[in-house]
Amino acid sequence: MSAESPEVVGPNHATPDTLAYSASPALPAEIAGKQRERRFRARNYRLRGLRIWGAPLVFYVLIALFGPLLIPYDAITVKTGQRLKPPLTVLADGTRTLLGTDQVGHDLLAQVVRGARVSLVIGLATVIVAGLVGTIVGIIAGYYGGIADTVIGRLADIQLAFPSILLAILIAAVLGPSITNVIITLAFTRWVIFARVARATTLSTKEREFVAAARAVGAADGRILTRHILPSIIAPFLVIATVEMGLVVIAEASLSFLGLGTSSSEPSWGLIIANGRDYLNTAWWISTMPGIALSVVVVCVGVFGDRVRDVLDPRMT
Amino acid sequence: MIAYILRRLGYSVFVLWGALTVVFVIVRVVPGDPAQLIAGPQATAADVAVLRGRLGLDQPLPVQYAQYLAQVAQLDLGNSLRLNQSALGAIAERFGATATLALSAMALAALLSFPLGIIAAIRAGSVVDALVSVLSLLGQSVPSFWLGLMFILVFARGLRWLPSAGIGGWQHLLLPALTLSLPLVGVLTRLIRTGLLEVLNEEYIRTAKAKGLAPLAVLVRHALRNMFIPVITVAGLQLGQLLGGAVIVETVFGWPGAGRLLVTAIGNRDYPVIQAGVLCITAGFILINLLVDLSYGFLDPRIRFA
Repeated sequence: MSAESPEVVGPNHATPDTLAYSASPALPAEIAGKQRERRFRARNYRLRGLRIWGAPLVFYVLIALFGPLLIPYDAITVKTGQRLKPPLTVLADGTRTLLGTDQVGHDLLAQVVRGARVSLVIGLATVIVAGLVGTIVGIIAGYYGGIADTVIGRLADIQLAFPSILLAILIAAVLGPSITNVIITLAFTRWVIFARVARATTLSTKEREFVAAARAVGAADGRILTRHILPSIIAPFLVIATVEMGLVVIAEASLSFLGLGTSSSEPSWGLIIANGRDYLNTAWWISTMPGIALSVVVVCVGVFGDRVRDVLDPRMT
Repeated sequence: MIAYILRRLGYSVFVLWGALTVVFVIVRVVPGDPAQLIAGPQATAADVAVLRGRLGLDQPLPVQYAQYLAQVAQLDLGNSLRLNQSALGAIAERFGATATLALSAMALAALLSFPLGIIAAIRAGSVVDALVSVLSLLGQSVPSFWLGLMFILVFARGLRWLPSAGIGGWQHLLLPALTLSLPLVGVLTRLIRTGLLEVLNEEYIRTAKAKGLAPLAVLVRHALRNMFIPVITVAGLQLGQLLGGAVIVETVFGWPGAGRLLVTAIGNRDYPVIQAGVLCITAGFILINLLVDLSYGFLDPRIRFA
């Protein structure tokens, strides 16, 4: 802005807004210093947000990785003597059950910890599969255009005409309950958003001068795609991946709740909540506890995603 | 304008055909023979074969597909394999309950999110604003099937204020509609807050204030009017997700809608009902988005359709 019309936008006319965006060398030292300080402080605030909301997520990942080793879950033994005990009850073997027990006497804490692993595995795997497929498809559509772009665009339109949970229910019913099938199902419903973002970013990057320069010196398509297009997709990819992670965890729990998710030998949070449905009158804790864990994780992922976006791309807010 | 509508309708038919094909293909890959399921475990292989022939399931897939498309073109979606009625009839019978639920949720969302968003924007940075943003974040993130169970636990089992399941008066409608609406409340509140904050900085708002207009009149006649387009766009997109979310909420609250029928039909491998259900919901979604796009012209006379 200041480069085009230096006679209008001098330090005297500049509003704080224009200062933030134009780093003109003509600025007096103290204004430039303030500006730098303000940017620094804003960035510091964003990074602190990342840490605050990332901490519970790190805790969640640690529990998912190591929790089942510390608090083992035994899916087979039925302990009828300690059925439906409320939280903090002292059990027959002298241990205290922190979150209570379920309808067959299994400790709820052990199940919730095991469920953390199930939802983390499904969430990560789904985002990776959907992200890879979607990004590759999106880059092809954006870079080559033509028929590939039309076909992919039409496919995406058809898929977006379904409410995503409906499509997931349909595919999950076809495949039957298992962790792998849930990952396939959810990846199938999620690739479109990655493809759209990758396509849009590729379209705009393709027109940039450094791509034209690379082509002028004789770089092949493969080299342009990996060295010049791909790096520009990483930031939006990370933002979408975080947001999608939260959505996938909810979708997995919803499918399991409907009996279309994991099989009963793997206690996913949605499955535990569904099991507790029949015992709402007598044992409120069965459905309540895993739901709280689920909600906390999804809320933290949501805010963390917002902060990631602020750090990686401040203009998107 | 008419050319635009025709073009959009044509594209809608294409998308519907695609959706129909996707569902047809997915459903046919199901392990599990519907004829075997209907005949029951005691049926002999011969009985099952006869039933397969009667249901047309013994034909090769391309033939089944061609027959199906021909039927759909005549608005005949086949008969349910389990219920003693046509697939479309079964869905239509329940669709009213789903529509009631979805529209109530929509109305509830508008009723809650406008006041919340407006207060948050006017008192930006205050405690109220922070509270509203926490609430909308929770509404957006907390999974609805669990929230529904918690509502049942507190309001039906604990306080005994409302019934936990079934259909009847507004008391039956309140909990499911609220559960279904909360994610939408979260989205809309955030949208209204940020949108209003932007609009309130515009020059014409300062002009309206300067000419002595009452604050409420400034808000309603000048600020809110300009918020309708983004809000209706998002609400329209969300209504489609609402129809999908209704499947889960209907299951939680035993609401006898099309969503629950669809879940049952998937369990029974009742192909015609699954196809009819997905087709109806998808058609509804496409129609809503078309209406949303057309409403822009009425909300903002500057928009012309090319």
